[in-house]
Amino acid sequence: MKIVIENVEKRFTDSKKNEVLALEDINFTINEQEFVVLVGPSGCGKSTLLNIVGGLLSPSKGQVYFEGTEEDKEPTLGIVFQEIALFPWRSVFENVTFGLEERGASKNERAEKGKHYIDMVGLTGFENAYPKQLSGGMKQRAGIARALAVEPDLLLMDEPFSALDAQTRTIMQEELLTIWNRTKLSTLYVTHNIQEAVYLADRVIVLSRHPGHIKKIITIDLPKIGRDQDQYRAQFEKYADEIWQLIRHDAEEALKEA
Amino acid sequence: MTNTTKKVIKNRVAFLEKKIPSYVSVLGITGILLLWELVCRLNIVPPLFLPAPTAIITDGWEMISSGELLKNLLASLYRILGGYAIGAVLGIVVGLLLGFSKLADAIFTPIVYSIYPIPKIALLPLIILWFGIGEMPKVAIIALGVFFPVLINTFSGVKSVDPSLIKAAVTFGSNHFNVIRKVILPGALPTIFAGLKLAAGTALLLLVSAEMIAAQYGIGAMVLHYGNLMITTKLMAGVLILSLLGLMFNRGLQWLERKLIPWK
Repeated sequence: MKIVIENVEKRFTDSKKNEVLALEDINFTINEQEFVVLVGPSGCGKSTLLNIVGGLLSPSKGQVYFEGTEEDKEPTLGIVFQEIALFPWRSVFENVTFGLEERGASKNERAEKGKHYIDMVGLTGFENAYPKQLSGGMKQRAGIARALAVEPDLLLMDEPFSALDAQTRTIMQEELLTIWNRTKLSTLYVTHNIQEAVYLADRVIVLSRHPGHIKKIITIDLPKIGRDQDQYRAQFEKYADEIWQLIRHDAEEALKEA
Repeated sequence: MTNTTKKVIKNRVAFLEKKIPSYVSVLGITGILLLWELVCRLNIVPPLFLPAPTAIITDGWEMISSGELLKNLLASLYRILGGYAIGAVLGIVVGLLLGFSKLADAIFTPIVYSIYPIPKIALLPLIILWFGIGEMPKVAIIALGVFFPVLINTFSGVKSVDPSLIKAAVTFGSNHFNVIRKVILPGALPTIFAGLKLAAGTALLLLVSAEMIAAQYGIGAMVLHYGNLMITTKLMAGVLILSLLGLMFNRGLQWLERKLIPWK
């Protein structure tokens, strides 16, 4: 099964009634078990694109579809939000199993899958804690477990670690890779962090701004695990530099606007 | 050795963290009571204007044992609990409706905001005309006074629910009804409770005013009655009951809030 993003365009009307072209001519495919990272400067529309793919925003033109799905089955999506968006009134377990609950899963299934995914993200022992009692990194672990628990056909992650401190972020990236290796979900991941993109991606889609469009799609030809090891350092840096050169001008422009 | 001086940097905001032992509060209230008693015993203020605490308690006890206090208290409790319950339930329901439906919001919000600032006690004569002079007008005026703050808080609570939570719920498969039940209602609950607490004060105020204007029994009527007779000890006993009533009302709501909102 693959996910096709076809000719997607998005126009907004801003507060002064001007029409703004946020995304233009977006075409790409996410293959089965592929980890695709969208990277770009602020204001390039990467979160807008992720919201369109996630069904939280309608495109002005074009469409997003799943190809090769089983008949009569709506594709399931799991989203990990930048704002984490855990329900404050639900315990970790109740948050993680929310999607299962809404899907009408039995109590046994919820208990079983809830435990499985809470274990997977390393939150064992915190099942009954409220989000307020968790650190930022632990909250996002619960957010990831909630998205994994529905066993989605496509996992969407919108800058999931941007609210975390640098150390936690590094650890979470490593853990995400480990988890991904166990689940092998087709994933669309949005970030503005180039190192993160090169570290995680099978393919990096570099977006440019005004209007947001695909500047280049780069296949990262490195083993999925252990890209931070010494032997790959030169190649890693080369990819990162290539992306930075593509983005740099736009990022500087973005800075002037803000 | 050169002559050096040593300047230690002190925490200049230490006063913010200063711990006050809990007996200080007890001492404070006991001190005031003692002072009050002393002022009365020394006849600095005539007992008609300010009766001594001991005199209030003695007369209060007499009112309890004669059953007078209980009769008045029950009449008041019936009115305030009834009015409060009706006003709160209606306020929450209508507030939720206005929060969800853009149409209802457009139609009713201007109406709500034009009725809200009216001091509700001014409507009592009108309400008496409508409902007669029985229990109904008192219950109705309290319900009316409770309705508005609860409604407005519920409404703003619904509006302030984090949109990313609604997005999350929809993503993970919630239908509209479940978004309301599982996200918007719990999300608005803390603000709803702020409204309920605010309304408790209003309810007490309206209870006493309504009872002073038109009632045979009730704490408000009793206080007014003893005021007219210039029996200040019994008047003060009534005031004391009102203070306790307000305190218990608040404590009850706090308890309920902790029960219903354990995640805060």
